Amino acid sequence: MNSANNNAAMLEDAVQSCMAQPVYGLPKLEKSQLLAEILTRLTWHHASACPPYARILEAHGHSGPRPFALEDIPFLPVRLFKDYELSSIPDDQRFKVLTSSGTTSQRVSKIILDRNTSTLQTRALISILQQFLGKARLPMLIIDHPGVIKDRKTFSARGAGILGLSNFGRNHAYALRDEDLAPDMETIARFMQAHRGQRILLFGFTFMVWKHFYKPILDSGISLSFEDAILIHSGGWKKLQEEAVENEIFKASLKQALNITAVHNFYGMVEQVGSIFMECEYGRLHTPAFADVLVRNPRDWSVLPKGVKGLIQVLSLLPSSYPGHSLLTEDVGEWTGEDDCPCGRLGRTFKVYGRMAQAELRGCGDTHAAMLEEGPIQS
Amino acid sequence: MSDNNDKLHQVFADSLNIDRKRITDSLGYNTIPEWDSVAHMALIAALENDFDIMLDTDDIVDMSSVAKAREILSKYDVQF
Repeated sequence: MNSANNNAAMLEDAVQSCMAQPVYGLPKLEKSQLLAEILTRLTWHHASACPPYARILEAHGHSGPRPFALEDIPFLPVRLFKDYELSSIPDDQRFKVLTSSGTTSQRVSKIILDRNTSTLQTRALISILQQFLGKARLPMLIIDHPGVIKDRKTFSARGAGILGLSNFGRNHAYALRDEDLAPDMETIARFMQAHRGQRILLFGFTFMVWKHFYKPILDSGISLSFEDAILIHSGGWKKLQEEAVENEIFKASLKQALNITAVHNFYGMVEQVGSIFMECEYGRLHTPAFADVLVRNPRDWSVLPKGVKGLIQVLSLLPSSYPGHSLLTEDVGEWTGEDDCPCGRLGRTFKVYGRMAQAELRGCGDTHAAMLEEGPIQS
Repeated sequence: MSDNNDKLHQVFADSLNIDRKRITDSLGYNTIPEWDSVAHMALIAALENDFDIMLDTDDIVDMSSVAKAREILSKYDVQF
């Protein structure tokens, strides 16, 4: 028991020391060594604390602590969290359970947090966003309706996202009306009037910003011009694909119609809250010091080189209460560079093209099914 | 109790909507249902308003207890 406690404390120290590094300042060699070392320890920590996870590792011949290179860290398919509740903590240390939003026909992910992991998530988010927003809190217009955070016991992904981002704002106002999700023009006008001449923060989910804010305002013919606004948005493009809206169109439209000149998307998921990948001024998604991405060939799970599309694997040092430190997503992407972005931030950069087509998912469904039965498949 | 300490306790009681008797130095964020992330935002806004200060993002996260709140406010020349 003592040595287990010791190991946990040492692991926590290692994660803390990595979090203390400059978020976008760790050169690739140093970063991959540091991440491999800590992710190895996380892997064995979860193996000893979460029996189903240990069984998955064993099924793949991983038994007994041994070091992994970054590309060899075992990964779980992200949908495993929809089918199983995987926890590495005793029940009495459960602090919060995050669930993904999803339609009724879909199963939702359940992510078990203890106080430690929850605190790490908040700190991670802060250290990333401070790089884009500074330390001062900005007047914040939330592109959603106030009701989205009303039910405080169930943290929907949207409500949790809004609450997490609220730390960066002051004088919060909600831009949409509860009853019909239409823009609340009075509130918006009052907010803009009150903060004239100040830099302001807008935050919302991508499809909410487009369908419930930008489009109705454009259609209404009301002219609205922000002076110095930074918009941060997330949630994916799936719902906008039918309208053929992708990032470049999104940014150009918001600039033209509303004079929102700084627009940053981020990629992240409820299974790894806190380790988000922010889009820089050059349109690339950036990995922070404590997280990374690999792109894998969906046919044989081999790691793909720069510029080749495949399935995105996300790695993060934050999850210690559930075995979610290495996950294979269902999103297609490619990595675009490492330590060479014109914006000056270090770390790997990548692009996301969206969810893998259902047909293709079914195509490699056998492999997925095999993964669910047997656990992760190593390249 | 100093005036500002008295004021601090009142702000906590009002923002979290709990009895003043329950406010102690060790009362911590997320240890009672009334002090959750939504109430935290209301608390921050009230502290800024009543003490006439501007807190930054680090302060929001660091404010994990009543004692910690006093420490952070002291940074902004609020005397206890």
